[in-house]
Formats: sequence, C-alpha cells, structure tokens
Amino acid sequence: MAIKKFMYVNRKPPYGTVYALESLEVVLIGAAFDQDVSLAFIGDGVYQLTKGQNTEAIGQKNFSPVYSALGDYEVTKIYIEKESLEERGLTLDDLQHLVWEDEDEDYAEKDSIRLVSRAELADVMAEQEIILSF
Amino acid sequence: MKFSIQINEGPYQHQASDTAYQFAKAALAAGHEIFRIFFYHDGVNNGTRLAIPPQDDRNIVALWTALAKDNDLDMVICIAAAQRRGLMDADEAKRQGLDADNIAEGFRISGLGQLIEAGIEADRLVVFGA
Repeated sequence: MAIKKFMYVNRKPPYGTVYALESLEVVLIGAAFDQDVSLAFIGDGVYQLTKGQNTEAIGQKNFSPVYSALGDYEVTKIYIEKESLEERGLTLDDLQHLVWEDEDEDYAEKDSIRLVSRAELADVMAEQEIILSF
Repeated sequence: MKFSIQINEGPYQHQASDTAYQFAKAALAAGHEIFRIFFYHDGVNNGTRLAIPPQDDRNIVALWTALAKDNDLDMVICIAAAQRRGLMDADEAKRQGLDADNIAEGFRISGLGQLIEAGIEADRLVVFGA
C-alpha cells in the first residue's frame, strides 16, 4: 500500500462538540496503516492539548490523557500554531509535554511538539496529500 | 480521477450531505470514479432508513440509496460513530441484543480503517462538513 502524507487538523475545543474526540479516534485507528502522519492544532483546537483538564462538572469523559500515548502509536509530528496559542493567552507550558521514543537512537525521548508560525504551518499543509480537518 | 468522499454532518441540519451528493453526481456524470463515500460524526445519520421527510422536500437518504444503486457506490458508515448515535445494522443489532436495526439500503457499517484506506486509494479525498 502506498504511503501518503496524512495531516489531521484539529480546530475545535475538546468539549462542546464531539469533533476532537472523534478526530483522535481516527488518528489512533489510522496509525495501523503506517502512513506519514502529522497533527496540527490551530484555533481553539490548541485547547485540546491543555494540561490539567477536569471534566467532572460536565459529566463527560476526560480523554486528554490519550494524547500522551500518541508517541507509542508513532505519531511524532505535532504542529502547534504559535499565533493560535498567543491569541488565547497560552504558552507551550500550558500544554501537555508530548514525547516519542526514537528506536534508532536507543529509545531517546524526543519532543513531538513543533511550535510553528501560521505561515510555516501553511507550508507544511501544502506538502500534505490528505488533510482531514476536524 | 478517482475520488473518495467523507461526509461529516447529518442530513437537513447541515447542507454538507446535499453538497456532497451534488458533487458525487457531477463527478460521476463527468466520468470520474468514486472509490468510497465515508460517513463520519453526525454524518452517519444520513444512513437511517427511518427518516421520513415531508413530501415536498428532498429525501436525502433515498437520494443516496438511489445514487449508490445506479452507480454501484461503496457507502460506509463508521461503526464507532454509528454505535454512539444509535445507527445499527441487522447483524450488529443481533450481536448487541437490540430489537431493531435502521440502516438504509446501499449503506454498510464498517471501521475507521475504511476512511484511511479511502484516502490512500483515491487520487483525492474530498471532505464535506465540519
């Protein structure tokens, strides 16, 4: 099977609608297909990765711990749009620290998150073959 | 060209399914191929056979069923999205011990891998809604 460049673009907050959760479900299932996968978080989508989420008061499942498993699914390229963070008064410190282990370098732990500008992300998007936007 | 289509919104509330239908019809008329149509999120609701719209309105489910029949289309409803929204085929209803099923003719229920495969196999994956 051909290998294509897949990008999942996450644009919505984690709760309020089901898009974030069902996007994550596609990413996890899609990982079995050994494609060239990257994730982008833009707009309110950056809230999906915030630390310390507590959903008790809304009676919904807190699925945010799942993001930390993405490295184990070999999803290692996670683009965060810098302007989206800034517009919301957030910094990288507000987000989960997502890492992956590089088999080729004795399982060295590496950062998955790549902070990019809006213009840089546009260039990365232009390189993709499949863009699934949620 | 070989297209795959993803539909992310349910019928009537959102125009995504209507637009996707018009796109599919136009693509087929122009001689293109449609590898698969994948229904995700509330888009799974496009596949219920129990929808009865007013007589002077379009019947979106019936339109899809007819288009699939005429063109031998593969229309897949995501099982994970379908289960949480109460969309059920006869086999799954039996397995879950439920007393009803509601999948319209021409649709089948399968996994998210079918969406990934649709992206890999087609020249273009076109997404409607969300």
